Amino acid sequence: MKHFISTRGIDSATAIRLLDTTADMADVRQRDVKKLPTLRGKTVANVFFEDSTRTRLSFEAAALALSADVSTFTSKGSSVSKGESLKDTVQTLESMGADFIVLRHCDSGAAATLAQSGWINAHVINAGDGTHEHPTQALLDAYTLRSRLFGDSARGRNLAGVRIVIVGDILHSRVARSNVWLLATLGAHVTLVAPRTLMPRDIAAWPVAIVHTLDEALDEGVDAVMTLRIQKERMNDAFFPDAAEYTRFWGMTTARFDAVRANTLVMHPGPMNRGLEIAGSIADSANSTVRDQVSHGVAARMAVLYTLLGEDAS
Amino acid sequence: MASKVVLSSPDIERALKRIAHEIIEAQRGRHDLVFLGIPTRGVVLSERLAQLVNDIEPQHIDCGVLDVTMYRDDLRTKSTRATTPTTIPASGIDGKTVVLVDDVLYSGRTIRAALDAVTALGRPAAVRLAVLVDRGHRELPIRADFVGKNLPSSVDERVYVQLAETDGDEMVGIR
Amino acid sequence: MSTIIRKASIMGGDPADIRIEDGQIVAVGVNVGGADVEIDASGLIALPGLVDLHTHLREPGGESSETILSGSRAAAAGGFTAVHAMANTSPVADNANVVDYVYRKGLEAGYVEVRPVGAVTHNLAGESLADIGAMARSTAAVTVFSDDGKCVGDSLLMRRALEYVATFGGVIAQHAQDPRLTIDAQMNEGAMSAELGLAGWPRVAEEAIIARDVLLAEYTGARLHVCHLSTAGSVEVIRWAKQRGIQVTAEATPHHLLLTDDLAQNYNPLFKVNPPLRTRDDVEAVRRGVADGTIDIVATDHAPHGSATKDCTWSDASFGMVGLESALSIVQHALVDTGLIGWADVARIMSTTPARIGSVDGYDAPLTVGSLANITLVDPSATTVWGADKLAGRSTNTPFTGLTLPGRVVHTFFRGTHTVRDGSIVELSQAGNA
Repeated sequence: MKHFISTRGIDSATAIRLLDTTADMADVRQRDVKKLPTLRGKTVANVFFEDSTRTRLSFEAAALALSADVSTFTSKGSSVSKGESLKDTVQTLESMGADFIVLRHCDSGAAATLAQSGWINAHVINAGDGTHEHPTQALLDAYTLRSRLFGDSARGRNLAGVRIVIVGDILHSRVARSNVWLLATLGAHVTLVAPRTLMPRDIAAWPVAIVHTLDEALDEGVDAVMTLRIQKERMNDAFFPDAAEYTRFWGMTTARFDAVRANTLVMHPGPMNRGLEIAGSIADSANSTVRDQVSHGVAARMAVLYTLLGEDAS
Repeated sequence: MASKVVLSSPDIERALKRIAHEIIEAQRGRHDLVFLGIPTRGVVLSERLAQLVNDIEPQHIDCGVLDVTMYRDDLRTKSTRATTPTTIPASGIDGKTVVLVDDVLYSGRTIRAALDAVTALGRPAAVRLAVLVDRGHRELPIRADFVGKNLPSSVDERVYVQLAETDGDEMVGIR
Repeated sequence: MSTIIRKASIMGGDPADIRIEDGQIVAVGVNVGGADVEIDASGLIALPGLVDLHTHLREPGGESSETILSGSRAAAAGGFTAVHAMANTSPVADNANVVDYVYRKGLEAGYVEVRPVGAVTHNLAGESLADIGAMARSTAAVTVFSDDGKCVGDSLLMRRALEYVATFGGVIAQHAQDPRLTIDAQMNEGAMSAELGLAGWPRVAEEAIIARDVLLAEYTGARLHVCHLSTAGSVEVIRWAKQRGIQVTAEATPHHLLLTDDLAQNYNPLFKVNPPLRTRDDVEAVRRGVADGTIDIVATDHAPHGSATKDCTWSDASFGMVGLESALSIVQHALVDTGLIGWADVARIMSTTPARIGSVDGYDAPLTVGSLANITLVDPSATTVWGADKLAGRSTNTPFTGLTLPGRVVHTFFRGTHTVRDGSIVELSQAGNA
């Protein structure tokens, strides 16, 4: 694997190895000495054309934990606002020694374009591209699920038979897309839930079940519910009428939470709109994986950096 | 190339017994041993050594697994290796005598990585090295404290170790 | 000076000799005598010079990607003798000055007849009518009006435009794209856009506008031309309209006859075009529409873009593909070699009919004695591995690179002037004295 662009096409063995490596990285995070020498002498450039402090900090922590040098580029107040292109920016960073480009971009396909364009030789890691994919988020989500469900016996396992509901703005969600491919590869049963306005068209070929209200999905019995962040501006674009109606049909409310099995996990990629897509008390409950997801993010990104490093072998 | 058996199953057993005695001798009664095996066969050997030491002189011995993959210096020239979990005793390794166990000592680079890995885990009183076979050709100033068999070899030759737990068969060969 | 083309198959029919004098065809048949220049055209098919109803020449304003001269050369290389230069230049061709400028530059280039298209609305803004009468009565004598690149979305404005343009005997060429249904749209809305996370350009955004416009055309009694239709549903709407006797004509582009939206898979902006590449079913329906006459013509929508506007992310990239040089090969590949149409049909959809829609003189009786010597000789048995090196214009954004395409334009004559000889562009001395 030279680049990490999409979870689509990652085979089952590779997916499990990434999860196992994430576990080993998570162990390192528990030690007194939390640093590994693995990327000593390598430079990881975080290139963020779109603001995301939490993702940027997570990648920085991962790179530092592997002893890489880290440089960070954010478009705010930089030459990008003066019209410098993606191509010029990454070529400049590579000239300054970047071995890995971690790219966050508002355009779908930006990371794929970077990886295929021939502009640079560096490894490209997709840290979220438009409404396409966010593959490291899916990796940390799958890792969180696996470790919460299987504990000490998680290693080497897939998610066969695990039932996961993803609810929210599927149409615009890069988290949903990356999760669909990875979870399906790992053998999970995925159900997507959204009003028709927020569900992509023509997805009959996706390895998922599709329903349009959350109650319908929860009736089937589930192991985990992943709630997606809803952008409030969607209301103005007539995707749904208002926040109250969204919460009524698609929010993880306490009433819904009380009705599901007691050990059902509730996930959220953050940042949360408490009271809109998820009730605050659920986010803070023992069933919530929100804090795990954040801490596992560093380990998952360490695993990806480590896995790509091996590709440098001639 | 012709293959030759260097150590048979009974040879291996004898070698490990001798090492166990040597370890006890070197310890002079201090009961703070931690055996850390380097995957894959080092783990098996460390468990066997711990058992043998305990048979000779009953005592509590901790065993663990030390994955050195992340500390290797050839990561960027070899394709990605799968990692394995590192496990150490709940009480840690601080102040204890850690015996690193591996099957074959060759360039010394794996042990160099292992020393870094141990350093990241804590501060042992001493670190010793036990290997089943030392085939020479060191590239670093590293030597083993306990050696099952010194096996002079050519760099073109391949020394291979098979153990019942991992390979079904049990022998050390060269070809 | 006289020229004789020997043994060319006339529109795919029997071989004959064609004698050209003073820019006119003076004899067709056998025993047409001798001439100053003789061309052995055995094995070649003679077509009337091709007429493109939909070309972006970029001048004025976009000279870094194409000029009227470079685009004229690309057109000649593709076998064209007339092109319609779209109005979305900078400044916009919404007044007599700009259209006259384009017309004059076309004459100076001398490779093809450049017919300026006038904008329907000022600055293509869709708010008020452009100087339609002034453009119609200018030296350029504009007859085709289009806001191409943008849709005349406002129903009232479209009604008025149809009526007003009809007053001057012209036609509106509509870029059918409901603006509100295609906000930020990047590619065909469907399975591929869902996977790629690119904002969808739904087929209904095209079909709804075409349906509205044919009804407006019927109601006003005006002529309507539909640009680059791309969906199976659009073909159905046009078919229905024609059955009702509505005065509507329709065009398809070569790329919509061949390429599909799954080419967006790797986000290669060379496949980004507006309207977007659709599905295999749409391609089949558009081909059948051309074959049964529902779609009247093939036009290139030649849209040159400099590399900077394609060497970027998909969303940042410009819409459009160059197409003049490859058009005839794609038509042969998609329609002739598949048995859907013959070479006489190629002459109809790429020359006679587009000339009629655009009111271009000299194409109504192709390859007959007394008509202008606009002639394209094509070798249908040649094959070419397509690539940027086959292009004659300033930009290289062809989507066909790597495809093995049939057919090659060997000679082009524009009013008797040899513009392409043995596959190479003839260097004309400029200023229209060729």
